[in-house]
Amino acid sequence: MLLTITYTGQSADDLGYLLHKNPTRVQEFSLSFGKAFVFYPVVKEEQCTVALTLDLDTIGLLRRQKQEQLQSLQHYVNDRPYVMSSFFSVAIAQVFGTALNGRCQERPELVDQPLALEATLSVVSSRGGEELLRKLFEPLGYDCQLENILLDPHFPEWGQSSYFRLHLKQKICLKDLLSHLYVLLPVLDRNKHYWVQQDEQEKLLRHGEQWLVSHPERKLIVRRYLKRRNLAEPIIEALEQHGNQAPEPAVTVSNEEEKVPLNRLRLRAVTEELTAVQAKKILDLGCGSGKLIQHLLRKQVGEKIIGVDPAYSVLTIAKNRLKKIETKAMVELVSGSVFYRDDRLRDFDAAVLMEVIEHLEPNRLRDMEEVCFSYLRPRLFIVTTPNQEYNVMYSGLEAGEYRHGDHRFEWTRAEFRAWAEQVSKRHQYELRLTGIGEEAKDVGQPTQMAVFYLQEDRN
Amino acid sequence: MEIRIPESSLVVLIGPSAAGKSTFAHHHFLPSEILSSDAFRLMITNDMSDQSASADAFELLHHALRKRLARNLLTVVDATNLQVEARQELLTIAKEYQVPTVSILFDLPDESVYAQNRLRGEQSLAPHVIRRHMFLLKKTRRILRHERFRYRYQFHSVEEMNQVRVIRTPLRVDRRLERGPFDIIGDTHGCLSELLELLSKLGYQVTQVEQEDRTFYRARHPQERKLLFLGDLVDRGPDSPGVIDLVRDLVNAGIALVVSGNHDQKLVRYLHGKRVELAFGIEQTIEQMKNRSESWKKEALHFLEGLPSHYVLDAGRLVIAHAGLPEQLQGRTGGRVRNFALYGETAKGLDQYGLPIRINWAESYRGDALVLYGHTPVLEPTFYHNTLNIDTGCVFGGKLTALRYPERELVSVPAKETYADPRRPFRTPNEIAPGIDGSLYTRDLLESLRIKSRFHPVVNIRNEQALAAFEEMNRFAIDPRWLIYLPPTMSPSETSSESGYLEHPLDAFRYYQQRGIEQVICEEKHMGSRAIVIVCKTPEVAVSRFRLEQPSSGIIYSRTGRRFFDDEHLEQAMLSRIATAMEKAGFWEQFHTDWACLDCELMPWSAKAQGLLKNQYAAVGAAAEHALQDVVSQLNLAKESGREVDQLLSLYEEKQKQAHLFRSAYRQYCWPVNRLEDYKLAPFHLMATEGKVYDEQNHLWHMQALADICKHDEELLMTTATRIVHLQNEEEVNEAIQWWIKQTEQGGEGMVVKPEQFLVRGEKGLIQPAIKCRGQEYLRIIYGPEYNAPHNLERLRKRGLKKKRSLAVREFALGLESLNRFVEREPLYRVHECVFAILALEAEPIDPRL
Repeated sequence: MLLTITYTGQSADDLGYLLHKNPTRVQEFSLSFGKAFVFYPVVKEEQCTVALTLDLDTIGLLRRQKQEQLQSLQHYVNDRPYVMSSFFSVAIAQVFGTALNGRCQERPELVDQPLALEATLSVVSSRGGEELLRKLFEPLGYDCQLENILLDPHFPEWGQSSYFRLHLKQKICLKDLLSHLYVLLPVLDRNKHYWVQQDEQEKLLRHGEQWLVSHPERKLIVRRYLKRRNLAEPIIEALEQHGNQAPEPAVTVSNEEEKVPLNRLRLRAVTEELTAVQAKKILDLGCGSGKLIQHLLRKQVGEKIIGVDPAYSVLTIAKNRLKKIETKAMVELVSGSVFYRDDRLRDFDAAVLMEVIEHLEPNRLRDMEEVCFSYLRPRLFIVTTPNQEYNVMYSGLEAGEYRHGDHRFEWTRAEFRAWAEQVSKRHQYELRLTGIGEEAKDVGQPTQMAVFYLQEDRN
Repeated sequence: MEIRIPESSLVVLIGPSAAGKSTFAHHHFLPSEILSSDAFRLMITNDMSDQSASADAFELLHHALRKRLARNLLTVVDATNLQVEARQELLTIAKEYQVPTVSILFDLPDESVYAQNRLRGEQSLAPHVIRRHMFLLKKTRRILRHERFRYRYQFHSVEEMNQVRVIRTPLRVDRRLERGPFDIIGDTHGCLSELLELLSKLGYQVTQVEQEDRTFYRARHPQERKLLFLGDLVDRGPDSPGVIDLVRDLVNAGIALVVSGNHDQKLVRYLHGKRVELAFGIEQTIEQMKNRSESWKKEALHFLEGLPSHYVLDAGRLVIAHAGLPEQLQGRTGGRVRNFALYGETAKGLDQYGLPIRINWAESYRGDALVLYGHTPVLEPTFYHNTLNIDTGCVFGGKLTALRYPERELVSVPAKETYADPRRPFRTPNEIAPGIDGSLYTRDLLESLRIKSRFHPVVNIRNEQALAAFEEMNRFAIDPRWLIYLPPTMSPSETSSESGYLEHPLDAFRYYQQRGIEQVICEEKHMGSRAIVIVCKTPEVAVSRFRLEQPSSGIIYSRTGRRFFDDEHLEQAMLSRIATAMEKAGFWEQFHTDWACLDCELMPWSAKAQGLLKNQYAAVGAAAEHALQDVVSQLNLAKESGREVDQLLSLYEEKQKQAHLFRSAYRQYCWPVNRLEDYKLAPFHLMATEGKVYDEQNHLWHMQALADICKHDEELLMTTATRIVHLQNEEEVNEAIQWWIKQTEQGGEGMVVKPEQFLVRGEKGLIQPAIKCRGQEYLRIIYGPEYNAPHNLERLRKRGLKKKRSLAVREFALGLESLNRFVEREPLYRVHECVFAILALEAEPIDPRL
């Protein structure tokens, strides 16, 4: 956590006046989260370097937090004391506040004068890698030099870290350089130390409005700086209206975006199947945050719907989502899973496993099958899952890679068919297989769907 | 006058106010047995006559009634109950819980009611209220006999009311006083000669006397045992009338009890002249009865008709019912009880043989009583969730089976021939006690989980924690059939007061010494990842013992129940290496087992914690070293140009040193793994083998047993360095401390101190089974690079261990409970709930650095 700013010019000691800091001694500043120090490593006739460093009191910071919020070692052992984080941004505002705000009593004429400045940041963390850093700083006119740091030279196989030494160079007013850093350091920081509140909007505009309007990444910057959508969106809108000078970069509207998203198509397809059999009592197994139930309620499908999920946190989200919908249907959300029986879930007309089975370990599918098809035994069972063959159509996916990190498998159409046929035979269901989404040559549709109908009492 | 009231029933008092209902109730029943509407009105308004609160009062009364009936407790409802709707509501509730109902009508003359009302003084009601009640009483008198009360009583005068005696009678199904011993016999279906053979094999002396159209039987057992029949005496077999004769004589002689079966009921309907489908074996019975007299048929009908749905015997420890009976219906009477006991439960649709799909009710059975049942033929009787089906399909050419109780021995005789073809093959043990679905229920875990363990008082699990564990179990844990054990968390020693140390062996020694322990064992703490290893002697054991679907050499899983290796081949290869070492050590023979559960540490740390290492430790190290290096070099520049920066420079140089030490600390525990031999497995507890949990063996025994295995594969398996310390011997204590210092200076994590015995009880219950003392450098990766800077260390000393220690003891008890249940072959859910509870306890918020 070191920032050095070097001024090369005729009267390099002007930097001291601008920063309001005496070059001859180390100065210490007490901040709420530790101490900041300012010193001058180099003061020569034609070159002057100032350094700002932080000594973060991590243990003191932790003691202010509640035990419930500190459930992993990551809260105790982390990079906060060593990277340029939101803490550093606060330190800039407090230590170099006068310069940041463009005031200089003794040499006011220097404030608006571009100077040959060089800043070194050691170290910054960028999960978006070099690309993100360049996207943020280069449009501001900096000449950027980046030095990526190896995770551990003892284990070169572990590869590069997300840490960089960043050198910025430009003929620029000091106050502008500082305000760029003031805004962009928190943008790079994914774990901001303070709770972002409304006054952050004001701070962002004060230090960034001028240059943000023409920054091509302004949306990203605003969203990351303010973190919360409801805070960010009004600012983005204001910036767009304000600065209609820079034309939008030509966005190629790909066909993909005009199409109905796949998850919407899935909701429709599942709902159609449920409507076709006039299902009244419906189970959504693995309901997640309740999107299918929401869709069913809006389409007035079903009289009694129970959503089941093992994760209590998503049930809470589902609950909030669904409470806004006016409906006559009886909706319940319960903690449960396809591995555990629950007699409240029996005697249903239909059950749906939408994009669920691929999250189960293959060796536990039989357990799921016993609970779902043998024990719950609804009249209709709908199962959807990705079609692995279609993955070649997704440019972002490497060969063999799954669509989601938690997927334990993805099946080809033949694999899905083989499984579904076995299930239908073992449990006396009739089977219909189909697909959802746009069909591509040789690889089929992105989602596959199996519909199982309980063989009725024929004797 | 006497009135008889079943011991667990709903008694409804009906009559006008001031008729003396409450007085009567208090005279004959316990105060807790009486639910009075006045009392509930009083409870919520301070005024028992506040009629505006009636609706609320009855809501509460009905709620309390439900809770009592659910516990099968006799309950008296003391209210006027003069309205049909009020009585109907009560009858509905009684039906819900399948308890008998009794009505007692206080049909007193007008003048005595008015007189009693006047005697109440201040509390007497206005005459018009009483008048209205008397009007309703008249109506009730007329219609009450059409209502579905099982028993009806009434008083016509105050004298009658005062002289009455209330006698409580047990329900017909209640034979709790019969204590056995019993011989319980499954579905007989007219197989008379097999039955006689079985009786003689069981030791009964049976004598037969031929008379007119039938044989008379007499039987006794030298040990005065009693016979219990599970119904279905008739149909399909060669001599159904003969079986009726035999069993009826035994019942009349008081040496047998019989419950009804569905075939017996069908015959009853036939004998009553009702239309029945002449199929499924009744046609043979009818044929066999051809020569029997009308009076015989009448007697047979009387006998079969009188058979109860089930019996509760032996102080409630044994229940018999033809098709089984869930806990909430046991000891009750009513249509639902009878239906279940006779026919069982079926699902929608038919199976591949065209028969109704039977629901295996025993899967969800969680009761304390052993339930004996039949109805569905099985190949071999198999205990499952405290139930046993002993219908081994004699009539279909199987065998006739009896269970000796309480000995739990099976005795059977084979069928002499196949009298009927089964439409469906007999159920296999795996179908009765399914291995495929573990039949686990959400409610077993998520509804106020309480675990009674043999090592610790009841452990209660908070709902919030249960929900967290439920998600973990569903999304990440291994198959519950493998998950028979999870290790407990371990507390560190008390915070050291030695300068520069946060943890020190002296404090661990002191803990045990204060609890009267003289000898402890110190074990080197390996820095890898905790691993539970279940090894099978052969892959088939996974199927036969662990009830998995596929054969497997075993499993290796983490302390949170996740599979240790993503690569199954690697896991299986490692397991077969371990199995081979055990084979060479003669382990399987020595321990009479074909599987074992080991508690181990698996190295390197980097094998499992690769993500953690890269994203956290290496990343922090990289950031720290580079940032600090830059600060120091800038400060050096400043110093060169003559500025006074020494103080700041030494601060940052110290930080730089600590960052460097931090990197060395984690690097110790990392090495690349390319081959199986690059892993090291250090077992330190032999937890269990078939039929045994080794919680009574001391740690030296464990170490020895494991060392015998390790020496047969020293490439993969690693013994753990240990030393015994007598705590009163100062020299040994000092040597142990030196040993610890040396180990940790060489990069070791530290050591674990355990009492010599595996499980030690102190005055306040179990004491800590182990305490860890971590080395100074290791703690750097736990508390951060700069933790031991003096101003930091001072603040870190304030740490509380109480909660951690309480968790450690509870988890330890639960883990051992789980293994004990597994080796005692308890149902899966009983094992699973213990392991689940450990996961739930682990969700308790606690300082992760401890």
